[in-house]
Amino acid sequence: MNRIVPAPIAALPWRVIFILMALVGFGAAVLYSAAGGSFDPWAGKHVLRFFVLLGMVIVMSRMRLEFWKSITFPLYLLLLFMLVVVELMGFVGGGSQRWINLGIITLQPSELMKPVMVLAAAWFFDRLPPNRIYGMDAIWPLGALLLLPSALVIIQPDFDAAIAYAFGLGVVGFMAGLPLIYFWGAGAGIAIFAPLVYFFGLKPYQQDRVLIFLNPENDPLGAGYHITQSKIAIGSGGIFGKGFGNGTQSHLDYLPEGHTDFVFATMAEEWGIVGGFFILFLYFLLMRWGLTVAMQSKTRYGQLVAAGLTCTIFFYIMINLLMVVGLAPVAGIPLPFVSHGGSSMLTMMLCVGIIMSIERHPGAKRGQFQ
Amino acid sequence: MKVEKQVTSGQLDFTFTRRAAFVGGVQAAIGLTVAARMSYIAVADNEKYKLLAESNRVNLTIIPPRRGWFIDRFGKPIATNRADFRVDIIPDRLVQKDQTIQTLAELLALSSDDVDRIHRELKNAQGFQPVQVADGLDYDRFAAVSVRLPDLPGVSPRQGYSRFYPSGAAVGHLIGYVGTVSAEEYQKNKKPLLITPGFKVGKDGLEKTLEDRLQGEPGAKRTEVTARGKIVRELTTKPDIPGKPVQLTIDIELQNYAARRLGLESGSVVVFDCLTGDILTMASMPCYDPNSFSDGIGRVEWKMLNSDDHIPMLNKALQGLYPPGSTLKPMAGLAMMRNGIDPEETVNCNGGYRLGNRVFKCLGRHGPVNMRTAIMKSCNTYFYAMGHRIGYDNIAPVARELGLGQEFSLPFPSQRYGTVPDSTWKMRKYDQKWTESDTLNAVIGQGYIIASPFQLGLMAARIASGLNVQPAILKQKRVAPKPLSFPTEHLAIVRDGMNLVVNGDGTAVRSRLLLENIAMAGKTGTAQVRRIAGSQRGQSGEWKYRDHGLFVCFAPVDQPRYGAAVVIEHGMGGARAAAPIAKDVLTFIYDREQAMASLEALEAGWGGNIEQRMAAKYAAYQGQSAPPPPLDPTT
Repeated sequence: MNRIVPAPIAALPWRVIFILMALVGFGAAVLYSAAGGSFDPWAGKHVLRFFVLLGMVIVMSRMRLEFWKSITFPLYLLLLFMLVVVELMGFVGGGSQRWINLGIITLQPSELMKPVMVLAAAWFFDRLPPNRIYGMDAIWPLGALLLLPSALVIIQPDFDAAIAYAFGLGVVGFMAGLPLIYFWGAGAGIAIFAPLVYFFGLKPYQQDRVLIFLNPENDPLGAGYHITQSKIAIGSGGIFGKGFGNGTQSHLDYLPEGHTDFVFATMAEEWGIVGGFFILFLYFLLMRWGLTVAMQSKTRYGQLVAAGLTCTIFFYIMINLLMVVGLAPVAGIPLPFVSHGGSSMLTMMLCVGIIMSIERHPGAKRGQFQ
Repeated sequence: MKVEKQVTSGQLDFTFTRRAAFVGGVQAAIGLTVAARMSYIAVADNEKYKLLAESNRVNLTIIPPRRGWFIDRFGKPIATNRADFRVDIIPDRLVQKDQTIQTLAELLALSSDDVDRIHRELKNAQGFQPVQVADGLDYDRFAAVSVRLPDLPGVSPRQGYSRFYPSGAAVGHLIGYVGTVSAEEYQKNKKPLLITPGFKVGKDGLEKTLEDRLQGEPGAKRTEVTARGKIVRELTTKPDIPGKPVQLTIDIELQNYAARRLGLESGSVVVFDCLTGDILTMASMPCYDPNSFSDGIGRVEWKMLNSDDHIPMLNKALQGLYPPGSTLKPMAGLAMMRNGIDPEETVNCNGGYRLGNRVFKCLGRHGPVNMRTAIMKSCNTYFYAMGHRIGYDNIAPVARELGLGQEFSLPFPSQRYGTVPDSTWKMRKYDQKWTESDTLNAVIGQGYIIASPFQLGLMAARIASGLNVQPAILKQKRVAPKPLSFPTEHLAIVRDGMNLVVNGDGTAVRSRLLLENIAMAGKTGTAQVRRIAGSQRGQSGEWKYRDHGLFVCFAPVDQPRYGAAVVIEHGMGGARAAAPIAKDVLTFIYDREQAMASLEALEAGWGGNIEQRMAAKYAAYQGQSAPPPPLDPTT
């Protein structure tokens, strides 16, 4: 042990902290430029928020795995309750509302539900006897877990969140060893039902969002505007970008949401694909870390939670980046650790904190002690 | 038979490891997809997107070139550009048409005629072709529109220049007017300049024919703008190159005076410098006001002009054709002397001339007259007799040499050149032989012969100077005119006759110039509009059947410098209607005070000057229903 650095500090998971700092730092630089060379209103808050949440994450990493296991189901119920509260507040307030203002912090229960859904699924599979994995017992409880939260967010209406829940459950189920036939079946089901949902389930503005990404030039001033402008920002950046502070698409407001959902385009305009590859590389390191933690965990709960939460982070990254480069419909999903925004940062850091806790407490195999 | 498959946690562990690796692989694949897509956009399509980013960022505004000025022979402005504020509508960007126009009408205090015009032009406009809402705005009204721009998409307020004609209607027919480019013109030549708000092209007169010289080169302003259209900074500005000024031979003050002096009459005044052929004045009244035409033509305005029997849309100086009447007698005198008639030979006038069984009447019984007195008294009998003796085929070449029936290369959109008839002409046109009575009619300027006031003025100028002067409207160095083919003695006799008309015992003695040392010589003409019916000799009755009054003249008598013609439609007589105007116009050249005093006294009786009378008339037409004007009223 190195004695110059005190043991508790040296014991911190520095590898992942460096990855996060690089992402947040780079994000802050982009936000600083997007604000016209100012820490206000985004970059400063972004960094501050990260360090506050980093403290929370380090505290979380000290928690034992059993703690997470024990609060999983109460947490799920609490968020379910909060979703109902949000729904009622929206009903009373006459409009859709997604968050609860607690004074110091605004909580968005639909957002927090994403990691909790993963915890709940892992908790369930951990309790499920291994030989039931092929039976109906492995399926209906998942459906039950998904049903209420999804229904509540769809009324909001927030389809993206419902898809994220299903994705989280699906990934955990996949990792837990559910038969592959379910996933083939689900794929076939989506192929059949997606058009039905598209035509009967979505509101016109959502339909526009879904379709227009295929051909944004058809509607350059309407729903295709975001994607068109995002592609212009990335494309005009070229290999090395226009230089720090020189992005015109973002500075002149052609790129909408340039500090939140389309922050990647803002970045790419000034840093080029070099900057883009840098971010992708950092995400690669982050994912590798998450999956390594999952594989090295000795407990089933730990495995499933670590893998599931890594995939939750990945879900954000994937949807956001595919949208920004014009390969997916516009969805209101920010880029983890880079986009400005408290709610998503909180969710992401919760995921990281729990994975750290699993890294710190790999646990022991049940079988080894029996 | 159903066998429950036994699964252990070890197996699940193994499955987990395998599937986690698979998930990692999928993640990497998606990451590579994003990287590939990004590289494609940023490398392969880089040029395309760079261009798009530039076209987002940079707003290119065309600065319409300032039109070249028209200045008169002394450099005084005839048509200028006034810096002003203007508001246009770009039809393609308009969202709420009626709402927007109503708001603009309130902000800019537009008249209902204007609102109607805007609606009509919007209907005909295409895409990005701007429709003028108003120009010549003061800053306050301009600012009132500018601050409301976010609520008025499609409205384009600009600072620019608009055409200004200080003389108003007095130069309407001469200079023409400007207007926005029509849809057809834009279809022919899709230059973006043509649909730039504030850009106008000549629509009539010299503005139209000299378009290339006047137009100039547009400038451009590149500005960096935000997505909401807010200008961040100006990048580069290429200034416009104004069109070249055009100096005319016109004396604008004389032109203004002549136009005002025409008063309520429908007629024209043409004044030449008889030594050079420079057109000093070419006034035709009534006329539209080119200032208000250049703003777009309103329904009421159009009705007011179109329902006027004095035809304000016609340039009477160039396009009006009239039987010249007795104004041709000096010309006929020249032809007679050339054909061997002694000017001292007398003809006895008994009030007419008998040809076969028909008597051609004279307006008086002049007794024995020689050529001088025949011109002075305007004796038809003398000219019937002498004209009959030499035949019209010997007179027509002289008429042509003096400019009648001729077309001149002048930059006007159209001029009519009338007819100088002779036997071949009649054979060609009617397949009939020329008769002696044709000669008798033609020699006193009736029958087939018709001419424009412009030609009559030129004829006067040529007789006055004896030079074959060519008319010119553009001031430039020209070769000195050659003498006409007439001997000086012949010209002297004719000029003497014309002198007697005004200063002797002739038909226009009441129009003698009241100036020391300067006298005017002239010849009156009274032309019948239709065949004389009974005792009604075109001296009364309905306006449109009354005789035209004509007068050709030159001054000073001893050393001619100015040649002029005045034609008053249905003025009932040259001496009565035309000669007094010629007198005042020529007086203006030498003694402005006297001329202005005479004009002001007259205008008091007419209800004000041109502008005041037009404004009063416009007010009277307000509120009447009117059909829309054609797209291009002068063509």
